[in-house]
Amino acid sequence: MIKKMFSFILIIFLFLILFELLNNLTENKKLSGVAKEYAERGAAELGTANLVTSIVVTYRGLDTLGEVSVLFIAATGVAVLLRRRKDEEILIQKVKRQSSEILQTGTDLLVPIIIMFGVYIFINGHLSPGGGFQGGAVIASAVLLSFLSDINYKINHTVFGLIESLSGVFYVLIGVLGIFLAGGFLDNRILPLGEYGTILSAGAIPLIYTLIGLKVGTELASIIDNMKRDSE
Amino acid sequence: MNIIHVIGFALMLIGIWGMLTQKNMIKIILGLAIAETGVQLVMVAFGFIKGRTAPILDAAVPVKDAVDMIVDPVPQALVLTAIVIGVAVNALMLTFVIKLYQKKRSLSITEYKDLKW
Repeated sequence: MIKKMFSFILIIFLFLILFELLNNLTENKKLSGVAKEYAERGAAELGTANLVTSIVVTYRGLDTLGEVSVLFIAATGVAVLLRRRKDEEILIQKVKRQSSEILQTGTDLLVPIIIMFGVYIFINGHLSPGGGFQGGAVIASAVLLSFLSDINYKINHTVFGLIESLSGVFYVLIGVLGIFLAGGFLDNRILPLGEYGTILSAGAIPLIYTLIGLKVGTELASIIDNMKRDSE
Repeated sequence: MNIIHVIGFALMLIGIWGMLTQKNMIKIILGLAIAETGVQLVMVAFGFIKGRTAPILDAAVPVKDAVDMIVDPVPQALVLTAIVIGVAVNALMLTFVIKLYQKKRSLSITEYKDLKW
């Protein structure tokens, strides 16, 4: 009871802080300094139509590398914690029910389209709202759908691990190439900028986003796979 | 001040309230996820400028007028990072819960006293 009162008082104080913050908010009228700089220079300098992409992939590219590393470490942690020894695997044998006809047919129809949509999202990351992380998440959702519809569905761990590691390595290699061929680490101008607003433009950004998309997709898929295997 | 800020702050409070009062570990993680969503919503709302459009410079937003036509892209980029890291952290926390449940067959946080003093 005392504990609950204490939480309640804490929430009240937090509410007062946030209320004060909310009351003193002033409406934005123009872009702040950094954002103004990005808006003025971004399109001409990097050739990206989507400014968020130019910030995520190039101007703040190192943050994105850190983000990919965090995701990688989390996926590795999940895999290590949920690892199961060989002898345990045989003990657990539950009877599983086949999923319904509707789900199976729907999955067969939708999975290729979902994967294609994911690829579309990360290839067009520099032109439209989207990018590697979103595309990767969409691809992982296709794997999740396959797990739901087919009880015997298994992902190929060798292929997934290979795609994941290779795309990570190439992402860093492209970043290092930027030091030698262009302005700095993860600079996208190692490739020609191309015609503004087309798919093959913005230098290395479509390439980097494709690699990120593959890496995030395979990583999230293996997280789902690990969690599913353990609940069996 | 607009409605999005209010919703974001409310989600933060609901999430923290859930974390403080719930005993079920999965519900605590859900509380954190809700609070996280609130923070992300507030951050995006901070970059909003009334009457402006998304920071994508295509036919509708010419490059030379971009500064006066787009909302702030920096908070959006930050939130993109925050969402991905949020997913990673949630997955790892749920894995810990799975492991703890296998040890003691209980989801209640009061059962786990090993680190309590």
